[in-house]
Amino acid sequence: MSPSMIRILVTLGALAMVGLGLALPWLKTPAIFVLSYGLAALGVVVMLRGGQISFGHAMYACIAGYTVAFIQRAHPETDGVVLVIAGVAAATVAGGLIGVFVVRYRAIFFGMLNLALSMVLFSLLAKLYEFSGGTDGLRISRPPLAGVTLERDGFESVLLVASVAIAMFLGWLVQRYFRSAAGEALAGVKTNEARLEYLGLSAQRVLWFGYVISAALVGMSGALFALVQGLVTPEMGYWLRSGEFVFIAILGGSVHAFGAFLGAVLFELIKLTAAAYLTGVWQMLLGITLIAVILVAPTGIAGLLRMGTRPTEAHR
Amino acid sequence: MTALVRTEKLSLSFGGVVAADAIDFELHAGERLAVIGANGAGKTTFINIVTGFLKPTSGRIYVEGKDVTALDPRRIVRLGVGRSFQLPQLFLEHTVRQCLEIALIGKGGGLGFFKSLSQQVDRKEIDHTLDLVGLRERAEEPCASLPEGQRKLLDVAMALALRPKLLIMDEPTSGVASEDKLDLMNAVMRALEEQKVTSWFVEHDVDIVTRYATRVAAWISGRIAADGTPQSVLADEAVRREVLGIA
Amino acid sequence: MTFDLLLLALADGFSYAGLLFLVALGLTLIFGVMGIVNVAHGSFYAFGGYTAATIALWLVERQAPTFVLLGGLLVAAVVVGVILGTAVEAGLLRRVQDKDPILQLLVTFAAFMIFEDLQRLIWGAQPQTAAEIVDRLGNVELFDVTYTVYQVILIPAVAAIAYLLLRGFLRRTRIGKQIVAVTHSREVATALGINARRIGWLTFLIGAVLGALGGALAAPITSLVPGVGTDMIVLSFSVVATAGLGQITGALITALMIGVARSIAVYTMPELEVVVPYLIMVVVLLIRPSGLFTVAQARRI
Repeated sequence: MSPSMIRILVTLGALAMVGLGLALPWLKTPAIFVLSYGLAALGVVVMLRGGQISFGHAMYACIAGYTVAFIQRAHPETDGVVLVIAGVAAATVAGGLIGVFVVRYRAIFFGMLNLALSMVLFSLLAKLYEFSGGTDGLRISRPPLAGVTLERDGFESVLLVASVAIAMFLGWLVQRYFRSAAGEALAGVKTNEARLEYLGLSAQRVLWFGYVISAALVGMSGALFALVQGLVTPEMGYWLRSGEFVFIAILGGSVHAFGAFLGAVLFELIKLTAAAYLTGVWQMLLGITLIAVILVAPTGIAGLLRMGTRPTEAHR
Repeated sequence: MTALVRTEKLSLSFGGVVAADAIDFELHAGERLAVIGANGAGKTTFINIVTGFLKPTSGRIYVEGKDVTALDPRRIVRLGVGRSFQLPQLFLEHTVRQCLEIALIGKGGGLGFFKSLSQQVDRKEIDHTLDLVGLRERAEEPCASLPEGQRKLLDVAMALALRPKLLIMDEPTSGVASEDKLDLMNAVMRALEEQKVTSWFVEHDVDIVTRYATRVAAWISGRIAADGTPQSVLADEAVRREVLGIA
Repeated sequence: MTFDLLLLALADGFSYAGLLFLVALGLTLIFGVMGIVNVAHGSFYAFGGYTAATIALWLVERQAPTFVLLGGLLVAAVVVGVILGTAVEAGLLRRVQDKDPILQLLVTFAAFMIFEDLQRLIWGAQPQTAAEIVDRLGNVELFDVTYTVYQVILIPAVAAIAYLLLRGFLRRTRIGKQIVAVTHSREVATALGINARRIGWLTFLIGAVLGALGGALAAPITSLVPGVGTDMIVLSFSVVATAGLGQITGALITALMIGVARSIAVYTMPELEVVVPYLIMVVVLLIRPSGLFTVAQARRI
């Protein structure tokens, strides 16, 4: 698929999302969830480019979400834009600090260390009731957006349009990053770290940059999620959530940044189906789909659609 | 004149095995050194230590007089010591051209995040390197599709793209069909000649050694058993017995 | 903390370490041979526990003698280990063995998610346990503190026996030696005529039975609820990672360390209980990135 074709499809997808959301108001929240999950999966995709998988990335959504809640608790009048920026900043800083430690590890060590750290955060948030509201979490009331106070319906419309714009912009930016020196070197960490070192490059530094970018993306996801849900709970950082992000990333495929959003749409569809017809077997459904994708289409939807630009990406 | 590479009593042992036994070694600019020795004699281990991949148990390494014993491979590479591998170390999900683009990141502006890598690096420079090793025609193909001989060439080209002062090649002709070995060495040596790169290569084939080397060093059990002109080393009795297998 | 409390904590920690060790042993054994960290190992533990509780309950209703009850736990472990182990190894892992290692890992993760729901469908969300066995075995007194025989004697004994048996098996028997050979190098072992695939399957089953045995032994002293599998996979991974992947004796020492530290935390700082094992893992890996007992080994280039 040519880049211009992808551009057209992305634009059409974005318009369809905004159009459907505005025409059918009950679709607004699911649509924002899709975009939020897509952004988080995009963060996981960045790590997949580097050959690493994290079972704990939901912690960055959690950090951003709780940052939003804490700031609002301290300063109830804070603007939504400021809240989102602060949430993303907190996740990015946390990613930078944790990254220094975790990029020294590869494969399962990387995955499980992230999991362990996210579970530490999850347990602390659940236990420290005074500070975090425990398992009930913290409520977030509707903040003004860019100085304008809105009713629920208007708020969600603005949030939807903003989320679509943010997702498009970040998807484009990440795709640029994949093609840049830092991004191609990240793909080199996956295939041959030793060679990268022998070219005078630090694989750890390359991976660290990727890690910080991925933490920021998941942070953006968490901040939007917190605003649209109006509530943050420790569940946001639970391993199952991280697992869902990984699931979407694999489903969408890592050959193109926009794959993550295709994966998120499909994920939401499976979820709605499961909620309607198959209650109680949600994880099983995810597991079966994941196995099917790995066996049948290991490059995900983006791979099937041949969205990758390298000859090797279409049939990896 | 300061030696390009010098080691002082360099030793490494894993468990009970002595892979490098107090090796004193010097290499000067302009030399073409061939290293011979049986499998397991410590040739690759020595390269791994000199390039920083393995840390010695004792001894020191100098590159142009600078002590590099504690440095990582990437720091040593930046001092002008390039290296190719016995098993080609390529970026198998990239094309031939992209492998060289990644090789040039360090030289072409570092880790940019926005500008596309193919625009960041100098296309002409890559074409030139590809021409040197004869891979220009296959530039846009995935490097995973190359036959072994061309993978070896690409592996050398990636090291060469950094314009090293010294290129260390670990068995550049192993795994290559014997009728293609000379073509490969001709291509590599022409490239080295053109860029005035000092070379050090590990080689089993005596024909290739005599044809291309100005100096030969023979490794036996973690030591340099003989070192000098090709004629003298290849005539050495211990070398003939232990390395070449001629009684 | 008083001396009595410390003794209690040590005894608790000891028996907990026994369970942890059994599960970690299975995990590390499978990693050694297959090169995969099997996330579904947590499910082997959970299924072993639930099945053991069900069997024990059934036996108790029929007034079975104590040794039959204990035999029931063992049967549960073997049945669960063999069935689930075969399902994961032959049904899934073999199909993806040539794929990207990330995808192999994800397949076991997917299997884990499926088992989680399966477990909930079979046993529901009500806590299950087999506490009767603990009462039957009675108590012992040490330094004026009363402990249950089950916790301070039976579990550590089973763990010790499993450790010694496995070591003997790996060192003395033909199949054991083949397993060790495959662990060192699959290629070399295959070249020597060892059927690496059969060895892989066998090791996976042994590992799976060990995981299920951990669960079966836990059934009498813990209440099984959805999520026990998750806690155990993370915890046993932290044991395995702290020890160094593939290190059997290391896993024993680390399991003791983490088990005891965790139960001291239970008595002194209960709110930090869950966090302690992770903290130990993080601290150890900070200092020794490839684990406490790993002999450094460079990749060949």
